[in-house]
Amino acid sequence: MSAVSQIPTPASAQVDSSCRAALLVLLISSGIWLLLASAFGIISSLAFHAPALFADCAALSYGRAKPAGMNAFLYGFCLQAGMGVALWLFAHIGRTRLAHSAMIIVGAALLNLGVTVGVLGILSGDSTGFEILEMPRYAAALLFIGYVLVGAAAAVTLHRRVPGTLSIPHWFLITALFWFPWIYSSANLLLGGPPVRGVTQAVIDWWYANNFQFVWLTLVGLGTAFYFVPRLAKRPVHNLYLAALAFWMLILFGSWGGVPNNSPVPAWLPALSTVGTVLTLVPIIAVAMNMCSTACCGRSENLLPEDKTPFQFILFGLAAFVVAGITNAVTSLIQVSPWTDLTWLVVAKNQLQTYGFFAMVIFGAIYVVVPGFMGERIFCPKLMRWHFRLAVIGIILFVLPLAIGGVVQGTQLQHATTPFADIMKRGVLFLRVSTMGEAFIAMGNLLFVINLVGGVGRHYRAEAVTVYMAATADLHSEGMRS
Amino acid sequence: MNYGPLIFLGAFFALATSWFGFVLKPQFQVGQLQGTNSVPGNNPYPSGRSGLASQGLEVYRANGCAACHSQQVRQTGTVCDLVLTAPGTNQTALIQALREILPATPDDEIGRLLTGLPKVILSGVNRNEANKADALLKGAKAKTELRIVPIGADIARGWGKRQSVAEDYLYDSTVMLGSLRVGPDLANVGARQPDANWHLRHLYDPRSVVTNSIMPSYRFLFEKPKRTKGLAQGSEAEMVPKREAIALVAYLTSLQSDVSLFNAPYSGAAQPPAPATNAAPAVSGNTNAPAANTSQTNAPAK
Repeated sequence: MSAVSQIPTPASAQVDSSCRAALLVLLISSGIWLLLASAFGIISSLAFHAPALFADCAALSYGRAKPAGMNAFLYGFCLQAGMGVALWLFAHIGRTRLAHSAMIIVGAALLNLGVTVGVLGILSGDSTGFEILEMPRYAAALLFIGYVLVGAAAAVTLHRRVPGTLSIPHWFLITALFWFPWIYSSANLLLGGPPVRGVTQAVIDWWYANNFQFVWLTLVGLGTAFYFVPRLAKRPVHNLYLAALAFWMLILFGSWGGVPNNSPVPAWLPALSTVGTVLTLVPIIAVAMNMCSTACCGRSENLLPEDKTPFQFILFGLAAFVVAGITNAVTSLIQVSPWTDLTWLVVAKNQLQTYGFFAMVIFGAIYVVVPGFMGERIFCPKLMRWHFRLAVIGIILFVLPLAIGGVVQGTQLQHATTPFADIMKRGVLFLRVSTMGEAFIAMGNLLFVINLVGGVGRHYRAEAVTVYMAATADLHSEGMRS
Repeated sequence: MNYGPLIFLGAFFALATSWFGFVLKPQFQVGQLQGTNSVPGNNPYPSGRSGLASQGLEVYRANGCAACHSQQVRQTGTVCDLVLTAPGTNQTALIQALREILPATPDDEIGRLLTGLPKVILSGVNRNEANKADALLKGAKAKTELRIVPIGADIARGWGKRQSVAEDYLYDSTVMLGSLRVGPDLANVGARQPDANWHLRHLYDPRSVVTNSIMPSYRFLFEKPKRTKGLAQGSEAEMVPKREAIALVAYLTSLQSDVSLFNAPYSGAAQPPAPATNAAPAVSGNTNAPAANTSQTNAPAK
């Protein structure tokens, strides 16, 4: 550490400019994946409006388009945008330049290549068949190498930080940094290699899916929120001990979840999983209390006008986190799960966690981070506000009908006399409303990407014009002289 | 103070425990699972899938059928049915015992119980009650049979005779239990609907066989036959299934996990459904054709 401390601290502007290239690559490509994911989501939900629509097109059939969209969203958007924001936080909190930008760009390229190959693989029928891990093995390998390169740069940046700056966000992000490669390699090697036997495959898939959706995304999302909420509200974190408690409880209990009750596995697995999932209520409540106290006190007078919308994004995300987490804990109870397992409620819960919580927090962070490292307010506040409104409407219209539809479906499935096809036919109404939600989310995503790409484009065009003017001015003066 | 190493070690420990618990331990327990035997019958179970059905599993995987279909039957518990099979020699003692077991039943009804055996004496009772009554009847020298009846919404719906257990998936290389039921559970679809032609028609146009089905059509698994080119143009060319469709149907009809096992027992079908197995309830474990056989016979059908 002593060697590091002798290095002079770079100025804030230098930190920002070091982030620019790498983060733009990560964030813009994540935005494009977000749009593609929305497109696939809408295509797949069209199956509930016109079941014969893609009858002749294998690639766009529900069973392929749905996982393709899910993977594009989780690995294309969540993983990349999450890493982008985490890199900025490591550089910014640690007051050091982003290390190895070139390596990050190569890593991001590999990651994007992996997701591209993976999504194409799923569409062409090369899916692995394991939920959330559908991308074929060769794509997973590319993605993994890409992540390792980005993660290594993050680790180096973390190591070069100004000493004594290990804060609460660091705790979450450091853990997330090695959590993903561990679970991803473990699951892919055990499932993609010579596969493990029988239902062990399902157990490993559940373990991975839970660890990715409910631990990794939570770690990155909360790490980001624990930085931005105090920063935007201009107050320190209300209670550091509560934050530490939330962190430890989350990683201890959160990773023990995901095995549904009554599944064909030895009974101790779902039992243990229920215990772990219910205990995650402790960190959820701790986070809720802490964030409420940090954010709500004196919020209006401290908040800068341009920070208002990002702040709303993050607060909405945290609210969704609490609701999703409580739903997850309640539905893991054996008294409740027969009515909720294998229904649309599971989809609603996962969407609330991944989009309602994670994506919203990351949107809020991106709206602060990008103007920061571009050195200019590049976002159009109006588009930003509309993105927020559309996203909130979309999430509510998507999650609520599916949650209600799921409970209705689960209740009706308990009555063996109700024909199955009738139950599903009635459930289609809820699905159609949720397609509307999906459309709103997609519009919001489009505004986000337009805002991001347009803002960055404007910035560079202005820069190019200045450079061009300077160059031509030089030419003109030279021309005049001769 | 620098908490970095502490956090790293703590988080490492946390993930490691979960890894040992949910990845390594199931690997030792379920991963080492061997085939078992049916009870009663003592036939080896499961009996692998035929080559065509295994190819069908790949079609099932490639097209993401598991996005809408689960393959796991769940049960909430088991109840017992007590069946009187033979009255034995001491009829008065038997009637005495029956009166004790069924105090609310009038005498003439009890007398009628002894005709046309076997008859269900007690149904849907718990194990203790059934055992107590069983002991009384056996004491009266009558012959009885204790049937184990799994209960639960899935079983009442006819999706299976017992809950799915780890053994059912032993030889499958991609286990797709599914997490959502947009369509019915398929763990036993082969037993429910063994007709390969029905499945082919259902894949081609689901609404032609199930009126209000919401399943998408899988027309891309079918093609126009090449030889119809020379035929009269006016007639509507019929579609024939591609190899994928035939394999998929072979896989679907091979999905039968209704063999009674030691850890998931059931005896016969006391309830009305499944007429085929009603004939010999006590040995229904034996009457289920092995999965491979069914798919073999289905394959040449189209």
